[in-house]
Amino acid sequence: MTSPTTSSSERLSRSREPLDVPEPRGKRPLDALRTFGAPVVAVAIFVTAWQLLVVSGWRPDYLLPGPADVSERLGTILVDPEFWPALARTLSRAVVGFSVAVLIGTAIGLAAAGSRLLRASIGSLITGLQTMPSVVWFPLAILLLGLGEQAITMVVVLGAAPSIANGVLSGVDQLPPAYFRLGRVLGARRARLYRHIVIPGALPAYVAGLNQGWAFAWRSLMAGELLVLIPGASGLGNRLAFSQEFGDATGLLAHMIVILVIGMIADRLFSAWSLHLRRGRGLAADR
Amino acid sequence: MTTTQPVVPLAHGAVRLRGVRKVFGGRSAAVTVLQDLDLDVAPGEFLAVVGGSGCGKSTLLSLVAGLTDPTSGTLEVGGKVALMFQEATLLPWLTAARNVELALELQGVGRSERRDRARHLLGRVRLGRYAEKRPHELSGGMRQRVALARVLAQDAAVVCMDEPLGALDALTRDQMHDLVEDIWLESRFTVLFVTHNVREAVRLADRAILMGGRPGRVVDDHPNPMPRPRVMDSPAVATRAGTLTQSLKEEVASHDQSDYFVI
Repeated sequence: MTSPTTSSSERLSRSREPLDVPEPRGKRPLDALRTFGAPVVAVAIFVTAWQLLVVSGWRPDYLLPGPADVSERLGTILVDPEFWPALARTLSRAVVGFSVAVLIGTAIGLAAAGSRLLRASIGSLITGLQTMPSVVWFPLAILLLGLGEQAITMVVVLGAAPSIANGVLSGVDQLPPAYFRLGRVLGARRARLYRHIVIPGALPAYVAGLNQGWAFAWRSLMAGELLVLIPGASGLGNRLAFSQEFGDATGLLAHMIVILVIGMIADRLFSAWSLHLRRGRGLAADR
Repeated sequence: MTTTQPVVPLAHGAVRLRGVRKVFGGRSAAVTVLQDLDLDVAPGEFLAVVGGSGCGKSTLLSLVAGLTDPTSGTLEVGGKVALMFQEATLLPWLTAARNVELALELQGVGRSERRDRARHLLGRVRLGRYAEKRPHELSGGMRQRVALARVLAQDAAVVCMDEPLGALDALTRDQMHDLVEDIWLESRFTVLFVTHNVREAVRLADRAILMGGRPGRVVDDHPNPMPRPRVMDSPAVATRAGTLTQSLKEEVASHDQSDYFVI
């Protein structure tokens, strides 16, 4: 070993600024417009197509009312004292069912991701459940739990949990092997490996799974509310069914719009979360 | 891992391999990657490991770092080992500072202390101003410096570097040579530095071992007493690198390996 001719402190002090400094990236003011402008365009296209269909005279007005009539009805529905409790009931069913699905789906996903045996045995079962229309569960749920809240919750959970579990699994599968090697080098094993590396690394795919799980939960809930009427506790789906029974096409379409809008808002929230995560990791494309 | 008791206790920072053999795969598909490998690395020594592709250089580092065990033979390491890869492998959801803090957190260092130490370590790799940046906001060289700060955070006696500068452009690599050398001169941990690049080995190392394959073993040992700091493009470095390149070429030719490069 040889002695240095220059002391290291001297060399540190004459060090230059790094040459390879990347360009700073500014904020993007158009992002908000893109995020919220796209649904507005989608609605405009939809309303135009609808109006054209009405004008074509394919079905009489009382069966297929136009956007103007329906939006007027929407105005009266929004001040209807029975609407808001129904909306609240539906949303609380959705949130409760989805929350239970998140707990169960996440637990199953993590357990399967952590064990090769469990993964092999229930991995394909999860995918199978995901492809099964959740409305198929209703007869069994009603038989087991009766015609009530619990049956609806059960079907919502069964609809959403497989997607959430799958989100966890694909998130873990997509982690670069280098992360696991890094974990070993840093001495992170088991719980600490999961906490510091696996779970945060799998988060973007998990959020995608949550988004899909929410979509399935919402569909299952609407199917459930069309099939199951709890006296004195009707939700949006029940109001939709009443409209059809009374031949009230305008009310029916107005409720469909409410259901559509709720779905779109939820999707926007999940998309914004996902974009935030990907941008923070430098994964979002700059367009 | 150890099959025989060492006669002399190993000094802090020393590495000793005796008759190490490493076989990957089983039965019909078994590949012997390392055979009869004997190696002594002195505490505080900067050892370059040079060789063609597939000669078992990376396997040697994995063994020393404890990522895999030898099939037979003895391997002893005096103290903790840290490992630095060709890719920085920073966690993209953490800032530069939090990436360094993670290494400290996993050693049980308390919150406020690890914050201070991470700042200090980023200062040592001259990234003090970039502590709050995410990896994707940093250049390749800067990311590798964060990885270096993280290695320092592990406070290891032996640092294994697996072609850590292989993916960098020439200018950034020159800067990294200065930085790695400065930090090593200050801290005096033992370094095992794997590289394809013979000049890099001459620029940095006290000694270069030449590995040949397959199976991989040490075929040549070149002590390098040149005074520091050494300049990558100086005639002295070029001459010594030429000697090393010549023995590398001979070794590669004798094994008919075509996929190597030397600079």
